[in-house]
Amino acid sequence: MKIEINNLHFTYPTGLEAIQGISLNIDSGEQVAIVGQNGAGKTTLVRHFNGLLKPTSGSISIGDWDTKKYSVAKLASRVGYVFQNPDDQLFSKSVLAEVEYGPKNLGYAKEKTNKLVTRALAWTELTEKTETNPYDLSPTWRKMVALASIIAMDTPIVIFDEPTTGQDFANVSRIAHVIAELKKEGKTVITITHDIDFCAENFERVIALSNGQILLDGKSHEVLGQEEVLSQTYVDPPQLTRLGKLLKLKETVITQTEFLQQIARD
Amino acid sequence: MAFVNIKNLNYQYPLTKTPALRDINLQINQGEFISIIGANGAGKSTLCYALAGFVPHFFKGEFSGTIEVAGVESNKSTLEEWVLNVGLAFQNPFNQISGAKYSVFEEIAFGLENIGVPREQMKSRVEEAMQLTGISHLADRSPYSLSGGQQQRLALTSILVMQPKLLVLDEPTSQMDPIGTREVFGVIHKLTQNGMTVVMVEHKVEWIANFATRVVALKDGSVLLEGKPNEVLTSDALMESGFGVSRYTSTAREAKKQGLWKKEKLPVTLSEAAEGFNSK
Repeated sequence: MKIEINNLHFTYPTGLEAIQGISLNIDSGEQVAIVGQNGAGKTTLVRHFNGLLKPTSGSISIGDWDTKKYSVAKLASRVGYVFQNPDDQLFSKSVLAEVEYGPKNLGYAKEKTNKLVTRALAWTELTEKTETNPYDLSPTWRKMVALASIIAMDTPIVIFDEPTTGQDFANVSRIAHVIAELKKEGKTVITITHDIDFCAENFERVIALSNGQILLDGKSHEVLGQEEVLSQTYVDPPQLTRLGKLLKLKETVITQTEFLQQIARD
Repeated sequence: MAFVNIKNLNYQYPLTKTPALRDINLQINQGEFISIIGANGAGKSTLCYALAGFVPHFFKGEFSGTIEVAGVESNKSTLEEWVLNVGLAFQNPFNQISGAKYSVFEEIAFGLENIGVPREQMKSRVEEAMQLTGISHLADRSPYSLSGGQQQRLALTSILVMQPKLLVLDEPTSQMDPIGTREVFGVIHKLTQNGMTVVMVEHKVEWIANFATRVVALKDGSVLLEGKPNEVLTSDALMESGFGVSRYTSTAREAKKQGLWKKEKLPVTLSEAAEGFNSK
């Protein structure tokens, strides 16, 4: 399902002009990371995708739906949104009830709901924890519950807001696994992140925002290699990209495999 | 005599089945910058709570062993006395902000009000602390209108204004962009040079390697490793424990297997990695 954004502007009631003319398209099945400094407009932008915010001017459509004409509840069948803080999102007494809530609410048949819930629990490694109260779990496992409850809704588009903040290595790997599984199913994944190494390893396209506008938009290699432009929005290139530059490697590298191949060749 | 002295510390939260801290022994000298690392659930935050006196004064449960700061034992002191020496910035700044104050300035002054600092002194101390952490321009904002990164700076400022002898920070930069992280590490470095002792839980390995004097890695509530940053952060035991090391370390480890990294020592920082790969 395609996302089309046309000259989007958004001004908060305080007068803060958070989005200042953004136009872009995201195709079905793309994996996109949105980066930029605190206050660049990342969260404001993605909150337009599920209708939490409506454009001050310009437009955004999800498939054939103009978000101005559809409620958040309606848009929830097309766009899933995983909040940065799981505690903003969780409210059920057990993990199972939490994960079931979304698909049930969308009115899916029992069989389909069960299938989606089982899939979501398996991807997030929560199968053994279904009876636990989410608030008895550690914050990192609560994060997985928040992920599972959104994935279970089987929306064609899934948004993650800072998924790796405060997560350890094991959990970051779990989140990367979920994103890879969503990709296999042809879902569109959009992620806001400060974790540029995570971005380099898991996303094909990167959009860098600065002061409510697009600074860069393109393939990960093209965007993440532009150290000087990125510094305008206080984004450092991935560690191995910086190392590659220092070593004067011929091509921009962003992953370990690429780095080692070039080192072996040069 | 070490400034902080932790002896045979064991602790288990109420209603839990396994200890959160097991037999921890740690000595920290004045002016040291100790970084605590480990996977989620390793006991990092609990150790912070213990240093700050919340364990056992606030969280009950089974506690044994001793913690001494500046020659005083936490068991033999009240929490009110203890907080004059030790300041803790919480992992989630939202849990720390009092909710009782309308502006950032008042929030920072709150702790000083509680210990009866005279008004004139209060104003200058708050202003000084705000300047140090770069939030002077936010003085009149509501604490709740701030971004995650700004709230973390506020939380840090509210602790610094108390002028603790031991500063304990639980992931103080987790919601900050690189420039915020750089500034916080800069501030802490300055403070340690002026004699403050700092214990900081942090995942950002490259920053730890550049600033910490010593790294303590926890696993399942015990000390797994302790030593100089490069030794701990490049050790095989740390990698096997499931801790996310720097990409420079993991890539050089792989390069070593392929004969592309010739040095004995693995790198943690960009400059170490560049030097090693250049000299191959």
